[in-house]
Amino acid sequence: MNKFKLLMLSASLALAGFSTQLQAADDEIYIPVISKGFQHQFWQAVKAGAEKAATEYKVKITFEGPETEQQVDKQLDMLSAALAKKPAAIGFAALDSKAAIPLLKKAQTANIPIVGFDSGVDSDIPVTTAQTDSKAAAALAADKMAEKIGGEGEVAVIGHDQTSTTGVDRRDGFLNQLKEKHPKIKVVDVQYGGGDHLKSAEIAKTLLQAHPNLKGIFGTNEGSAIGAGKGAKEAKKSIVIIGFDSGKAQKDMINDGTIAGAITQNPVGIGFKTVEAAVKALKGEKLPKVIDTGFFYYDKTNMANPEIAAVLYD
Amino acid sequence: MSSTTTISSPSPRTRIAWSGQTKQKLLAFASLLALIVVFSVLKPDAFMTTDNFIGILQSTTVVGVLALASTFVIITAGIDLSVGVLMTFCAVMGGMAMVNGGLPMWLGIPITIGVGALCGAISGLIITKLRVPPFIATLGMMMLLKGLSLIITQAKPIYFSDVEGFENIALGSWMENLIPVLPLPNGVVIFILVAVLCYIILNKTVLGRYTFAIGSNEEAVRLSGVNVNRWKVWIYTLAGGICGVAGLLIASRLNSAQPALGQGYELDAIAAVVIGGTSLSGGVGTIVGTVIGAFIMSVLVNGLRIMSVAQEWQMVLTGLIIILAVYTDNLRRTKA
Repeated sequence: MNKFKLLMLSASLALAGFSTQLQAADDEIYIPVISKGFQHQFWQAVKAGAEKAATEYKVKITFEGPETEQQVDKQLDMLSAALAKKPAAIGFAALDSKAAIPLLKKAQTANIPIVGFDSGVDSDIPVTTAQTDSKAAAALAADKMAEKIGGEGEVAVIGHDQTSTTGVDRRDGFLNQLKEKHPKIKVVDVQYGGGDHLKSAEIAKTLLQAHPNLKGIFGTNEGSAIGAGKGAKEAKKSIVIIGFDSGKAQKDMINDGTIAGAITQNPVGIGFKTVEAAVKALKGEKLPKVIDTGFFYYDKTNMANPEIAAVLYD
Repeated sequence: MSSTTTISSPSPRTRIAWSGQTKQKLLAFASLLALIVVFSVLKPDAFMTTDNFIGILQSTTVVGVLALASTFVIITAGIDLSVGVLMTFCAVMGGMAMVNGGLPMWLGIPITIGVGALCGAISGLIITKLRVPPFIATLGMMMLLKGLSLIITQAKPIYFSDVEGFENIALGSWMENLIPVLPLPNGVVIFILVAVLCYIILNKTVLGRYTFAIGSNEEAVRLSGVNVNRWKVWIYTLAGGICGVAGLLIASRLNSAQPALGQGYELDAIAAVVIGGTSLSGGVGTIVGTVIGAFIMSVLVNGLRIMSVAQEWQMVLTGLIIILAVYTDNLRRTKA
């Protein structure tokens, strides 16, 4: 029993230690940021951006997200605990907007502004949403594709899915831009590989088989692009591949020339703009409905630039 | 009764455990109170609020109900890795019945629970008839059910928006109408009711007695002429049915059946059971302990969040507390 008491005592002391750290900051503006994940490199980059803004605007933030993007209820628990802390504002990227509505309404009643980020919240409660303009980003991919294949010929798209917002917007952004600006380029097929490397590679090989004159493939996310690269390599064909996002395998393929280049979102910018928007909302500034957090095209030549390197992850 | 008394008394280990059980419950309860006191002192304005307490209760219900299901299985010295995914599968089947099939709620609810019981029975049969160890049998069920949930829903959530009153199963509050000062969400009331039911089954019925007996000495039970396999199938069926209740709770809370959710919840449930003093080697365990264990987990997670402890450290501290809890339990047991 004594041993137990001792252990409990040391546990409470440890907790007290944590809290003294926080006590000093109690009068600061506190903005919890609740994301869709926290251990992936992408979310860590969002976190880094949020922390940067916190230092700049002298506010205190915490960054939390469930372990997988399926744990909707755990994210709600996080939101509920964040509300209990009576924060000044909340940054939130909903895993399932509908499930979060009751809690968001509570925040609204308590006059806590919500800033959506990444895929945001499908509701009019958030004051603004900081996200990548996926259509514009994919349009840039289309321009780069046109440039590399000489403005004409056959291309194909390997999408990561046909239901999510990012999947649909990246595909449509690419297709529309080609139709409007590069009418001589013909899209022969759009296939979906679920972002799976292997599946996307099989699709790429089949596409090359079916369309011997194919000049290029746009892979709409990391797995799709890597799959396209693998497929082209296995089929021993040299085509122009434009990818999306980063990751070590994709970066390696860009370095060895399998993939021409890729579009990257700006996760650091997403985090930064989220906290910045929250601060602005608290000051009563008017905010646009959507804040574009920007995107970049990168290839072998500019991958090492500090501006680009900062938003790429392994 | 005459046949069971001879079964449950011989093992000296069980006798020790019985005598120490009240003490164990007190110890677990004291730890829970200690946690609440510590967090209340450190963050009185945020932790000690009605809203936050309801938040804690709400977050305990799903894992709590899964822990109740696991308690029965673990007392038999078995394990059920499929509880989290089975919960989701039940929610999905409930969605198929009520949303896609348009069945009314009074039919949809028993179907959801029935699906759980049926899957539990299948696990039980795989374990007893095919002689696959529980760990492997339920691991297989876990993968299989996860796949089926994704196939049935085409990997998209099923929304219950059109099923009138469904959200109230977990989120509404009957209590508020009865006792306005105690606005307990229905989900919490259901959790408590399931716990009471489990308590009665485990302590007052033949099924409960056999659960303990099989866990302490399966061979002795078999030799005394009891059909161990049949009782085991019943125990897994019961556990499955309880997972069905968890499926209703989570679907109602999220107002949707999320097909990819659930994996990993079995570990939270097992942690709650073990913190509550139930032994993984079987024969020992209580329902009250499991309920307290579930609350220790959720109070801890909520409290650390309220104190803005970084997420990585939340994991470290939760892990340490689990080890600490089982260590103190062992300490008490060797002394007793």
